[in-house]
Amino acid sequence: MKRLINFIIKEFKHIIRDPRVLLILFGMPVVQVLIFGFALTNEIKNSKIIVIDFARDEISKKMINKIEANKYFEIIEISQNKNIILDYFREGKIKAAIIIPANLSSDLNHSGSSQIQIITDATDVNFANSIKNFIRAIINDYQSESLAGKVLERLIIVPEIKMLYNPQLKGAPNFVPGVMSMVMLLVCVMMTAIAIVREKEIGSMEVLLTSPVRPIFIIISKVVPYFAISTIDLTLILLLSVYVLDLPIQGSLFLLIAESLLFIFTCLNIGILISIRTSSQQIAMLMSLVGMMMPTVFLSGFMFPIENMPYVLQLISNVVPSKWFYIIVKDIMLKGAGFEIVWKETLIIASMMFFFFLVSFRTFKVRLN
Amino acid sequence: MDKIVIKTENLTKRFGAFTAVKDLSFEVHRGEIFGFLGANGAGKTTAIRMLIGLLRPTSGFATVAGFDVYKEPEKIKKNIGYMSQKFSLYEDLTVLENLKFFGGIYGLKSEAIKIKSAELVEKLGMKNIAKKLIKELPIGWRQKVAFSVAVFHNPAIVFLDEPTGGVDPIVRRQFWDMIYEASESYITIFVTTHYLDEAEYCNRISIMDEGTIKALGNPSELKKNFNVDSMNDLFYLIARKKI
Repeated sequence: MKRLINFIIKEFKHIIRDPRVLLILFGMPVVQVLIFGFALTNEIKNSKIIVIDFARDEISKKMINKIEANKYFEIIEISQNKNIILDYFREGKIKAAIIIPANLSSDLNHSGSSQIQIITDATDVNFANSIKNFIRAIINDYQSESLAGKVLERLIIVPEIKMLYNPQLKGAPNFVPGVMSMVMLLVCVMMTAIAIVREKEIGSMEVLLTSPVRPIFIIISKVVPYFAISTIDLTLILLLSVYVLDLPIQGSLFLLIAESLLFIFTCLNIGILISIRTSSQQIAMLMSLVGMMMPTVFLSGFMFPIENMPYVLQLISNVVPSKWFYIIVKDIMLKGAGFEIVWKETLIIASMMFFFFLVSFRTFKVRLN
Repeated sequence: MDKIVIKTENLTKRFGAFTAVKDLSFEVHRGEIFGFLGANGAGKTTAIRMLIGLLRPTSGFATVAGFDVYKEPEKIKKNIGYMSQKFSLYEDLTVLENLKFFGGIYGLKSEAIKIKSAELVEKLGMKNIAKKLIKELPIGWRQKVAFSVAVFHNPAIVFLDEPTGGVDPIVRRQFWDMIYEASESYITIFVTTHYLDEAEYCNRISIMDEGTIKALGNPSELKKNFNVDSMNDLFYLIARKKI
């Protein structure tokens, strides 16, 4: 035990004395949460739009007021000149334009329906879609409020759009679980693998193996510091998301932490496996990035919805541990789900951990002989 | 001086069809400085790796510090020190931290480590550098500290794999003074080197070629037997044959 502590202290010293490592371990999670939380969001807040109001009547005025009252949009201009729209878009001044036709109220009075045009800047597809849905929702809202009483003889079916769990369409709820799995992968897979492989690369592994220290101790002593750091990172991310991004944890904090620990152990096992199979830090890094980071970014559902992917990719996504972790965290943090809902995903991750543990343990034994 | 600490009989290691070490038989006595020479690829490293328990022999017999290399590698590990040519010390730890760490993995108590470290600092006159990181030290100091680390736990045998590579002649001389001193306290020195003048400092040497020992004995006897003037000539005579 004393020998193990001696070993672990040495590992901590390695980490503490390398500013670059420290930056990755503690700077990265903070920066990722903040960047994803604030900068890279699909969030609609104060989106600038213009309204081309050809109608200029009671109804159009009310509609504009309704949009203006909404804090997600800021109408920068109300005009009758259609030609300015493209210029505004090109200059990036607006995210959307709404065109209200001149015959809005007459159409409504005569045929009971009318059309307005919504133009969005679709260079950012997600953003455009959310804006479109939002404006539509506002207008529907307006319709049901103001027209419902008048047009009784006609049944207008108004779609009611509700954004469940994330009514403001905030970006952070999606990103925080994603950042959590990315940081765990970074610390527990990549950094751990690199730390072990480093001993092989500089040749100290050979010296350690000729000492009476049992090889399993060498591995454990490497894993302990990174385990500790990943729990610190976990705390850091949760604190940031609750207090800075304003994203409360709906479900049980205890369950969330337990699930995160399970994922951390899975990642550590993968890190150990990579370190046993490789002999240079660069290859270990490459394997972690290509083998773990890329699937996490692309196939966990965190950046791109899995349902929209080709069937083959959907199948492949099932073997990506972070996909399941992402689902779990999202369910617990946003929906307040309990264990009775996430037990399946938990079971999948647990069996993955067991699998990686067995494989790395066996490889380790083979390598030693 | 007569006690045998390393003994091999027909020790052999094959990698597939290639025989790296073939029928190696020799003995090393307690307190002896044994030079293990040979050109690159002669099989030295494979032989050492078998002796220090990093590699399992294919066949043959060997004991190190009285323990069987097949059955008791863990006991061997407790009784040897090893200084590899590739790695000497952790560069991001200080001299004292390296001593503490390596002392610790050999199971020395922390009080013992403190006392021994203080003695060592005193003896080598390195009060100024004891708390410096290894990477801040000149290579000469690093090698001296590395050797001290290898013998810190008082092993029966210390294996030195090209310990003086890239070191200037003055430091090499100081290094060999340290080796002599260790040998006087009955630590057996098993050293590989490419510097043939260093071979002269050894009590006995062996010269390996193509996986077998081609010459074994006291340096001056060997020169006489092979009828050459210097170790250089002897080495060329043996290593040249395969060209």
